[in-house]
Amino acid sequence: MTQDRSEMSEDDDDQQSSPLDLPSTAIASSSTPNKSRNCISSSVTLKSQTFPDHVLENVLENVLQFLDSRCDRNAASLVCKSWWRVEALTRSEVFIGNCYALSPARLTQRFKRVRSLVLKGKPRFADFNLMPPDWGANFAPWVSTMAKAYPWLEKVDLKRMFVTDDDLALLADSFPGFKELILVCCEGFGTSGIAIVTNKCRKLKVLDLIESEVTDDEVDWISCFPEDVTCLESLAFDCVEAPINFKALEGLVARSPFLKKLRLNRFVSLVELHRLLLGAPQLTSLGTGSFSHDEEPRSEQEPDYAAAFRACKSVVCLSGFRELMPEYLPAIFPVCANLTSLNFSYANISPDMFKPIILNCHKLQVFWALDSICDEGLQAVAATCKELRELRIFPFDPREDSEGPVSELGLQAISEGCRKLESILYFCQRMTNAAVIAMSENCPELTVFRLCIMGRHRPDHVTGKPMDEGFGAIVKNCKKLTRLAVSGLLTDQAFRYMGEYGKLVRTLSVAFAGDSDMALRHVLEGCPRLQKLEIRDSPFGDVALRSGMHRYYNMRFVWMSACSLSKGCCKDIARVMPNLVVEVIGSDDDDDNRDYVETLYMYRSLDGPRNDAPKFVTIL
Amino acid sequence: MEKVDVYDELVNLKATELRLGLPGTEETVSCGKSNKRALLDDTEKEIESTGKNETASPPKAQIVGWPPVRSYRKNNIQTKKNESEGQGNYVKVSMDGAPYLRKIDLTMYKQYPELMKSLENMFKFSVGEYFEREGYKGSDFVPTYEDKDGDWMLVGDVPWEMFVSSCKRLRIMKGSEVKGLGSGV
Repeated sequence: MTQDRSEMSEDDDDQQSSPLDLPSTAIASSSTPNKSRNCISSSVTLKSQTFPDHVLENVLENVLQFLDSRCDRNAASLVCKSWWRVEALTRSEVFIGNCYALSPARLTQRFKRVRSLVLKGKPRFADFNLMPPDWGANFAPWVSTMAKAYPWLEKVDLKRMFVTDDDLALLADSFPGFKELILVCCEGFGTSGIAIVTNKCRKLKVLDLIESEVTDDEVDWISCFPEDVTCLESLAFDCVEAPINFKALEGLVARSPFLKKLRLNRFVSLVELHRLLLGAPQLTSLGTGSFSHDEEPRSEQEPDYAAAFRACKSVVCLSGFRELMPEYLPAIFPVCANLTSLNFSYANISPDMFKPIILNCHKLQVFWALDSICDEGLQAVAATCKELRELRIFPFDPREDSEGPVSELGLQAISEGCRKLESILYFCQRMTNAAVIAMSENCPELTVFRLCIMGRHRPDHVTGKPMDEGFGAIVKNCKKLTRLAVSGLLTDQAFRYMGEYGKLVRTLSVAFAGDSDMALRHVLEGCPRLQKLEIRDSPFGDVALRSGMHRYYNMRFVWMSACSLSKGCCKDIARVMPNLVVEVIGSDDDDDNRDYVETLYMYRSLDGPRNDAPKFVTIL
Repeated sequence: MEKVDVYDELVNLKATELRLGLPGTEETVSCGKSNKRALLDDTEKEIESTGKNETASPPKAQIVGWPPVRSYRKNNIQTKKNESEGQGNYVKVSMDGAPYLRKIDLTMYKQYPELMKSLENMFKFSVGEYFEREGYKGSDFVPTYEDKDGDWMLVGDVPWEMFVSSCKRLRIMKGSEVKGLGSGV
């Protein structure tokens, strides 16, 4: 179940509550202790009078290899030099939350036996065109360094990285035992790069291309899989905007007995889906492709789509519906009762089409949809899906002045019906404090609350007041809250609440909010666990930025765009904090003398400023 | 009075407006105003829009990156036309002087250049270059379409999505007949 959820999640981040990322461990031993972590002084050493060192280290190695969680491992590595050494030898999975926090050389120098790498690149706001392309986050230096250091590498999981076909070729050539390639929100490569991977990585178990931009090089990459039985367990290519060779795909599925997860792109029609399903009844996770016909008239004998779904008794996760023909939706009835995850977020479904489906989905835990299902649809979800953990409602018409078919009514209904809710992302045009407060009271398990009122600066549409009280209630009542995104009309008061109650908040997104520097100060001074801060178009200036200097070494990054920052202040901070990389991002024709900072992106780094910064980035 | 003047006004407003995005990254104004090139009798005609709360004031220019929806998602959400048609959006295409009518599915195309190329291939002609004010230049053939209101318009005048949802049929006009569609000419 958890596996499916993390697969589907856009922007799901590590859920661990005390993040000791790779760099911070190293920094901690050199900087003064801070309040948010337990630091054991590195001057403590084990007395090795009874046993010789190497015996002790062997014992340690055997024990430490059972530690999986990186939090635990980070803590263990701080005990003493001996533990640090052994931990470094036994860590097989490395997570790097910011690819510029350290150099690839440092990774390979410290960890010698890495089999799996999780690497994240661009900041999230880059997804919304707030940064020019070609900013960086290149996979190339990582793959070339690892090619020499880790020939046994099995897994690479990248998010928001720039990956080229050459990088993929090097990967395929350098790691004979390679098993899992996961590319989330990546770009820079095409179907030719994918073809090299499918052809050369004979032990490939997982190939997941999720929300990435893949150029169509007109290469039949599906046919490049070797002829014999494959090890494939998961194949996701729903984001690949290129036609595929269906016959080859059918053959591939037929010789992949371990295949459990298959996500098709929109170039696979209903008829083809039908054939695939009949050949792969063992699937647990299915992305249905287009769910429509491409030819005009239907043939005389229409395949029995419902029968194909009936045969797939194991399907618990359903997505796709990229070009949904609503009249065929009832075909999925047979699997509804088993579904734990359903993604309708690319399908424009009306409430009338939606309600008969959802009323069967009693086991649903994860649900993504467009707001076309309206408040009425959400009420149906609330009535049926008592096990719901994660809800995401995206706008069908993502413009500021569009008509929003969902409102506070939908949110209220969900809060009353889905008490186990942990994570919500909700786009709307109207909201009230009352509904948000209700959710804070009804859903105590909330860890992620992201509300996007699309019209900027919109107040509570019933009372006309700012949305301060609603968000205040969320931080106050949801004791487990780690991620928050705010919107609507917000004064400094909302931020006062955040600073006072948001003690576990790790990620905060702010847009068009607040009145003064005090707002940001409240957050920087009050939220000890804050790791990722992204702010746009808010009136926060130098005073606020300076007030957070005690925090920046313990954060992954700070993003501030279209605020009121001056270059002078940013330079000061860069000077005083040598391990902080302070990037000022503008456009090519920016005047160097301008004091105004369009975009500030700063992050801690062990290896100083990067050497691949483009022209429009100034590192202070 | 032609609606082209209103368009001019809007263009100027856009130029002087304070933007909150990076220079050079312009989000298209997607308000759906009617950029009807044809002469209109009724000068009081309200500016058409896709949003129902549109007033006579200029539409809000979209702020860069807001609302925060990834462009992959924005580009891939099913468009409204599928809702009404169910299976593609077929329109008849006729060309002056050609013996046959053809039918094309507008959903097969993402933008004007693709459509133009396809039409050119289909009828073996070339369409010339499109200019915003003056229409097509460099060819005797001009692609036009009949919209929901029964007006004949120049293909390319309105945003693509609006064209697809309002186009009832296409006609590739030849030579002299086209002049009536020029703006103020």
